[in-house]
Formats: sequence, C-alpha cells, structure tokens
Amino acid sequence: MEHVISMRDLSQADILQLLQTAAQIENKELQPDISDKVAALLFYEPSTRTVFSFDTAVKRMNGKSIIMAGTEASSVKKGESFSDTVQTVSQYVDIIIIRSILEGAARYASEILPIPIVNAGDGSNQHPTQTMLDLYSIKKTQGTLSNLNIALVGDLRFGRTIHSLVYGLAHFGVTFYTVAPKHLKLPLYIKNDPALANVKFIECDSLAEIIPLLDVMYVTRVQKERFADPVEYDLVKNSYQITSQLITSCNPKENFKILHPLPRVHEITVDVDPLPYAYYFQQAKNGLYIRQAIIATLLGAL
Amino acid sequence: MKVLKVDAIENGTVIDHIPAGRAFKIIEILKLAENIPVMVGTQLPSKKFGRKDIIKIENTEFTEDQLNIITLLAPSATYVTIRNFEAVKKSDARIPKIIKGLVTCPNTICITNHEQMQTKFGVESEKPVTVRCGYCERVFTIDDINKFMQPIKEE
Ligand SMILES: [Zn+2]
Repeated sequence: MEHVISMRDLSQADILQLLQTAAQIENKELQPDISDKVAALLFYEPSTRTVFSFDTAVKRMNGKSIIMAGTEASSVKKGESFSDTVQTVSQYVDIIIIRSILEGAARYASEILPIPIVNAGDGSNQHPTQTMLDLYSIKKTQGTLSNLNIALVGDLRFGRTIHSLVYGLAHFGVTFYTVAPKHLKLPLYIKNDPALANVKFIECDSLAEIIPLLDVMYVTRVQKERFADPVEYDLVKNSYQITSQLITSCNPKENFKILHPLPRVHEITVDVDPLPYAYYFQQAKNGLYIRQAIIATLLGAL
Repeated sequence: MKVLKVDAIENGTVIDHIPAGRAFKIIEILKLAENIPVMVGTQLPSKKFGRKDIIKIENTEFTEDQLNIITLLAPSATYVTIRNFEAVKKSDARIPKIIKGLVTCPNTICITNHEQMQTKFGVESEKPVTVRCGYCERVFTIDDINKFMQPIKEE
C-alpha cells in the first residue's frame, strides 16, 4: 500500500490488515514511532474535526505536523495551482494528508508526488479513513464484518459516507435495511451495481419494525440544503428521529449499536447518549487508531 | 441533411454501421476531411439498425488506437480496409480499456477541470458503454462523454 486514496483501491486483505493494525495500536501491542517524520495536513476545505483527528494521530506517534486549514492565508489564494502547492510542500514533509472539494485531488497528488498521500475527503467522492473507522467500529462491536444486519438511515442519496460504507462492506456479505426520505433514497446505480452482488438491500419505512433485527444502525444527517422547500425539510427532519423511547420500546439485540459520523443535529436525541447502544463518540475515537494505522503503514513504521 | 454520393473507393477505409447521425462527430473527432477526401452517407436504410451512417475515407488506413476511439462513438461500427478496390481486411475494433486525453470530464468539480493535466477514463462496461473517471471516480455513459469529446490533437 503506497497511498490511501479510495476504498475502491483497497482489497479485502488490505482492509483486514489495517483493521488488525489499528486494533494492535489500540491495545498497545504496537506503538509505532514516527518521531523523525513530518506530516503535512493540507485542508483546502476546512474541517476542524478531521484536522484534529489526523493531527492527534500523528502526535500520538511522536510525529510532527504542519497544517494548512483553508486557503485564506496561503499561496493558493494568490492563484498558485494545486500541483505547484503540493510539489512544494512535498519537499518539506514525509507524508501529505489532503482534503479538497475538488474530486480526484488526492489521486492526482499521488500520481505526481514521490511521497505517500492520504485522502481526507475529496468533494462528494471518497473519504476512505472515515469508512475504515466505520468498519473498525463495526468489527470491534460485532466481532465480525460478515452476515450483519445493518440499517442505513438518513440521506442515502448524497451521503458519501453511506455510499463508501456500502462498498467497504461489499467484501463481507451484508443485509442493508434502507430508511430514507422519499427523494433521498439510495441511488439505483448503487442498488443495482453488479459489484454489490452479495449485498442485500431491503427498503423500509418504519424504524420500529426493523430495530429488533439489527446489529448496527448507521445514521446520517439530512442537510437542509438538500431540500428546495424548507417546509418539506421540517416535515422530514423529525420523521426518522431516533429517541431513547423508540429504541428501548423495540427491544434491540444485546449487540445492537448506533453509529453516526458526526456532527449530529436532530437525527439522534441526546437522551439516547447514555444508552449502551449509543456508540458514536467511541466511533470518533476509533478514527484515531485507524488513522494511526494508516499513517504508520504508509511511512513503513510498523 | 445533405446526402453525399457514396462511391466505391480505390484505396482507403470504409467505416460502416455507424449509428445514424454519428458520422459527422467521428469526422470531427478524427480531424478527417481537412486534406483527404471523405465520403459520408447518412440516414441510409439498414436492415439491422433501421438507419445508419457510413464513411469512406480515401488513401487512409487507421491505426488500432484510432479505430478504438471510433468504437467509443459507434460501438456497432465495422471497418474494412480497401486496397485496389478490394476489401483486404476487416477489423474488429475494441473499446479501449483506458481513454487518455480526448474526453473532458463532465463533472465540473473534477480536479481535471481545474489543473493542467490529462484526463483518464477506464471503461467499466461495454454493453452499454460506461466509463469511470480515473480522478473523480464518477461513472458516465457514452452519450455523456460524447458531448465532451475533443478533436485529437495533431502529432
Ligand atoms: Zn472526473
């Protein structure tokens, strides 16, 4: 593995290897040391949450980092091309972590630079470290990635996280229960993708009906911008809301966990947080281990 | 549309079974017809397709790469090389596995539309033809990308 750009590049073996490395980092069997390395975090599109996670991952392994968050104060503002910027930065550092709204930016960087590149999100295309931490969270809480019943709830049409997770789990054979507002359903090109032949999709309207069957419920935010009519948004906003009352009245399985990539808004009420099923904050913490595993692997520090 | 007379040619290539109306796009893409004689038949009756186009190009034989590009525009096309009024070779053009340059990515926020770089598409399926951008990873149909094809740059 030279770069981590897209889930489409990662084989089942790659995925399992990274998950194992992350687990070993979490239980301190492995303590990678990158004290002689510098990482650049180039965030053309600011995302404090993702910067924090990557930066902490670097520092937990004693590495150093330089950060560009947004393009306001940089040479990018003066009209420098993307390739000039990354080529210059690559002279200073050992690895570059890139987030951009331009789709394919990280892939392009990986083709022109001699150092490892990590894609921290390119537009609505890929965000592989998010998917890897989701897989890690599922594996950790369920003990396996195979034969699980997973509900996908929220914006299934535009949600990059959801699409990527579907493909990430395609290696393992899963049943997805999809729950979404009418015009935010999972796109047909995904549902009918031959690459997802061993994935089963079951569309449903009622959360209460499926909760007792589920191992994992993966919830995403429904963004207001996706609705032309604000009234429609207000109607939809609470229709799939997950509350403590809903969960406990449905007798979920013991291993049932609720995941969410965060930030959450209205989708999950705060009274769910103390339930043993709520897992979204631990999920964020898992991002640290998976990002350490990816950075250490790419830098040959294992 | 004006129908030109389609005669037999002495030496050159006949591209037959082109979907009706596509011939001019192929001529444009291959930058034909600048110095060499090209005959076009368009909206001709065809048993197989109802209507078809046909192109006859004099004194020109195509490389495999060029034929592969035509295949993108006209997957059903057949190619016959003519020497001395005789058909000497029928070629089976293949849709190329990878298309470099030639097509602009239809996705406006694709990096290829913001940097000075070559585009790259991989063919995902042949029937119907769909391609995936090597950068933004989006999948397009042949009709999507035909609109974004540019004439081949001269060597
Ligand atoms: Zn593209």
